Order: sequence, then structure tokens, then C-alpha cells
Amino acid sequence: MTEPLRPGDRVLTSRADPAHHTRLPRYARGAVGTVVEMQGRHPLPDLRSRRLPAEPEPVYTVAFAASELFGDGDHTVTVDLWHSYLRPAEDATAGRPAPAGPPATAGPSGVAGSSGMAGPPVTAGNGEEER
Amino acid sequence: MSGSHTGPAAVIAAQVRHVEALLEQRGLVDAQELDRALEAFLARASPANGARIVARAWLDDEFAVRLLADANAALPELGLSMGGGLQEQRLRVVPNTADRHNVIVCTLCSCYPIALLGPSPTWYKSEAYRSRVVRDPRGVLREFGFELDPAVQVSVWDASAESRYMVLPQRPAGADGMTEESLAALVTRNGLIGVAPV
Repeated sequence: MTEPLRPGDRVLTSRADPAHHTRLPRYARGAVGTVVEMQGRHPLPDLRSRRLPAEPEPVYTVAFAASELFGDGDHTVTVDLWHSYLRPAEDATAGRPAPAGPPATAGPSGVAGSSGMAGPPVTAGNGEEER
Repeated sequence: MSGSHTGPAAVIAAQVRHVEALLEQRGLVDAQELDRALEAFLARASPANGARIVARAWLDDEFAVRLLADANAALPELGLSMGGGLQEQRLRVVPNTADRHNVIVCTLCSCYPIALLGPSPTWYKSEAYRSRVVRDPRGVLREFGFELDPAVQVSVWDASAESRYMVLPQRPAGADGMTEESLAALVTRNGLIGVAPV
């Protein structure tokens, strides 16, 4: 799970909506993007903000198509994300109509969600445990 | 949640003063030490720094390559650094090209390369800019009076973690033969954020 991701890797962001501080912006949740580069290693703010132990982990620049985030738009948005917010997208995209399909089909149909659940047991939320 | 980033400024300011008072009471910081450090930092923090970097990159292709590969390693060549805060921050310079335009934002709060651009403008910290520029960058740029060619791709860089971003604008046409100083004078703060052409 801590195997660093590489540029070009497709990733799916966490769908979790935690009550505590997080640095995964809401507009970028449950979205498929592509790793641009690794920036370095930093402790997960979700843990640090609650004074829980947090080892440095990789932080990546991840690029998303606007159509994936918002359903339309021709631009790209890159977001800087901790490793714990991400999982490989292969298993999650298998059941999707298209990588950049409208969010409306990915959400209510539950296709992306259920196939995501079938992936490796990466913990329930955004990987805060046992890190 | 990112609520701690969006509380009213007055509440945060009061909390900061309280922490500062406690630190002084317990002798952890000298009363004037923080003021001195802040003044020294802000005295050096100016968009003129970003403009110098851009002008050098326009004139020196090899510097531009080093800047884009590892900005933190290239800044000392101009006597600059990202080390003014508690720790050195990673800087990523994103170059505009004939077919790609870059815009920077921090949707969670207002992260910004203060050392190179000076204190950020109020609109940069506004919820309107932060929420809208990721959704509709062309529309937001239009409101700045900047109509992008529809053929130019747009990349929005959300500084949501530990990196800071700065745009390297394209060298304007007709700038041949200009000195580094006169080139730097063409570079605006908004151009370094990506909401204005240079």
C-alpha cells in the first residue's frame, strides 16, 4: 500500500467525507486522475490535525480532466494529494462507462462505488488507520 | 473538513495573538523577535522577485531549464529562496506555452509563494475566486479582461498540499534586445498568478 505511485499511474480519490480536517478538496473526491509527479513526503494532515502520529508519506501532483470533476469543461485541474487519499484506479474504472464519464452516471448507478469496494482492503475511509 | 481555513479572519487573528502572548509569557519567543522576523521576511517578499526570475528565464534558456526542473535549486542563482518560513517550501514553476496557459489557486485556503509574489491580493483569498477558477477558468479570466484563445489549453494548479506555484509567462513579442531589468518591468503580479497576459 505504501509502494510509491509513478507518473502516469491512474488513481481514484477517496469518496470519504470525514468530520475532521482533510486536504482532499471536496470537488476532487471520488474522481479518477493521473499522477503527474511525486513532490516529496509529508505527514498526513488528517492525522496531524488530530494530534495522531503520522509518518511522512508521498504527496503527488494529480491531474484531472474538468469533465471528470464537473461533468463538463475542457481544462485540466491538478490537485496536490497525499498517498492515503488515493488508490490505483484499475479496479475502480473497470465497471465505469468511460474514464471521464459524466459524474451523474458514476454516482447514482453505484457502479464505480461497488467495484471500488471490491478492491484491496485499503481501510474504510481514506487510509488513516495503521499508517 | 477544511473549516479551520475559512473561519472569520478576526477570530483567527485573535487566536494568533493569544498564542503569541502565551509564547512570550513563557519566554519561548522574545517580544520583538516575531516582529523582526516578519518584517525582514515581508521586506524581501515582492512580486519584483518573481519578475526577476521570469526575466532571467526569458534571457537564459539554460536557467529556464533548471528553473522548470527544480525551482528551489535554481532560485539561489538570483539570491532568492523559498526558505523564509518555518521550513523551505517546494516551488513548482509552470510555463505558459503557445498552446497551454496556467493559472494558480489554493481552493482550501490561500497558499501562495509570498516570498516571490509578495502578500497575496484580496481576491486571491476570496471564496469566489477559489471556488470558480477551478470550475470555469476561462470565464474567470474573462472577468479579469483576459480573453484566452479557445485553442489554448488551460491548466489550473490547486496548491492543496506543501508545494507553491508560480506561472512563467510567455515572453511577449517585440521584446528582443531588451535588458533583463526592462524585461522584468513587463512582468506583473497577475501575470505570475496566470490571470493576466504579460
